[in-house]
Amino acid sequence: MAASPDPLDAFIVAAAAALGLPLEDSWKPAVKTNLQVTLAHAAVVEEFRLPDDAEPAPVFRA
Amino acid sequence: MARDTGWSTAAEIAEGVSSGALSAASVIDAALARIEALNPKLNAFTAVRADRARARARAIDAAGDRRQMPLAGVPFAVKNLFDIDGVVTVAGSKINRSHPPAARDAPLIARLEAAGAVLVGALNMGEYAYDFTGENVHEGPSRNPHDLNRMSGGSSGGSGSAVGGGLVPLALGSDTNGSIRVPSSFCGIFGLKPTYGRLTRAGTFPFVASLDHLGPFARSARDLALSYDAMQGPDAADPACTDRAPEPVTPLLGRGQDGLRVAVAGGYFRKGAFPEALEAVAGVARALNASDEIDIPEAARARAAAYVITATEGAALHLDRLRSQARDFDPAVRDRLIAGAMVPAALVAKAQIFRRWYRTQVLPLFDRYDAILAPATPCTAPEIGQQTFVLDGVEMPVRPNVGIYTQPISFVGLPVAAVPVPLTPLPVAVQVIAAPWREDVALRIAHALEQMGVAAAPRPALAA
Repeated sequence: MAASPDPLDAFIVAAAAALGLPLEDSWKPAVKTNLQVTLAHAAVVEEFRLPDDAEPAPVFRA
Repeated sequence: MARDTGWSTAAEIAEGVSSGALSAASVIDAALARIEALNPKLNAFTAVRADRARARARAIDAAGDRRQMPLAGVPFAVKNLFDIDGVVTVAGSKINRSHPPAARDAPLIARLEAAGAVLVGALNMGEYAYDFTGENVHEGPSRNPHDLNRMSGGSSGGSGSAVGGGLVPLALGSDTNGSIRVPSSFCGIFGLKPTYGRLTRAGTFPFVASLDHLGPFARSARDLALSYDAMQGPDAADPACTDRAPEPVTPLLGRGQDGLRVAVAGGYFRKGAFPEALEAVAGVARALNASDEIDIPEAARARAAAYVITATEGAALHLDRLRSQARDFDPAVRDRLIAGAMVPAALVAKAQIFRRWYRTQVLPLFDRYDAILAPATPCTAPEIGQQTFVLDGVEMPVRPNVGIYTQPISFVGLPVAAVPVPLTPLPVAVQVIAAPWREDVALRIAHALEQMGVAAAPRPALAA
């Protein structure tokens, strides 16, 4: 049985279309690898629980 | 009489020109001759402004107030993301070559020239500063002066190559995640990444507004201090630039390490380092009697958050260019930026929330210590094109790992002096990290290490 398709592949194609970004077939493997690495870093950040009232670093001052 | 200024410090040149022992014209002619002779090997410069530099040198020689110029006659060059009047600000790219030439110099160039320094040209860099190697697909790599087959380090690779190779005693670069400290380490020179917001970024091509810093490279700590002092001051044109009045460091250098408490970063900052990087830190720690080891909490997570913010803000900056000119990017940069554009905004907000929390954990460390030591890079300069290195028997990719020790520090904007330790066969630098707005501490320690003979910019054979 064929492996089920990786949803990230579909996400990349859909995101490129939604953002109006060109995406040639030959670019897809490197884009996917880069996105996987960045999402892995983001997961490391996200798993660290902070309270709901934790503010982001940049604070806008009117 | 002509004097060889090929390896002179900026301070020595300025003293000579101020006193009349040297003419600025002769210093600049000699620098231009070195660039002509050595740049074909180093590929550090992408533009040379010989006529402008000679005219400026003549004006300095004719000036009656050279004693008021702390950098009189000192040649310097800038990473090619700085605006130079009449030059296109290419920022390492092919795409920006179609931009009109800049209409004026970036403020930091103007401030250095007001102090008597003389701009001689623009320097090679990794495309749009998204780089740790010093390689550039459009211009070719800038090369390491200690071994031309090795990386200069990125993304301010030309700055490292030009100063380490003796072409100029002073250069400017930018540092978002390590792009001043990495080339300083690989090329064996001193570099200063000031506090986030200390030096105006106006008139430079950005990368990641949340993390971008500018700063100097030199072959002595005093030269870093002299140039840094000349560049300080508010600037409304950079919204992140501080309103603090200049806080000159040069007069404080002589205080040395006296009274300063120094610790060594352990944990994360000891993992993944080659023996030479740890040897350099150990040597510096011994010289400073720094025996305490401390943990910078959640440094690995800080690096991860810096990675996310970099990828996404970089993508935002280049989104239109990715749509219209994707084929004109360095393919490696393009693919990273396209991926960055696809990262959900919720994850970026998380990274910025983590950033503020991390700051609350890091700043109290400076209640107990004035400075913290850490490696600048995990290794000495890899070979150009090298994709992996083997550490403890494990093959690791080079590019993403070069900045592992610099990213958690710039993430919260701490000032750092990168201090070169002249190991054989290749140098490597140590980060001297201080509390926000305490560049004086980092530079005093850098100067003290130089006086002790522990830190030095080694002169490569090609510059002799």
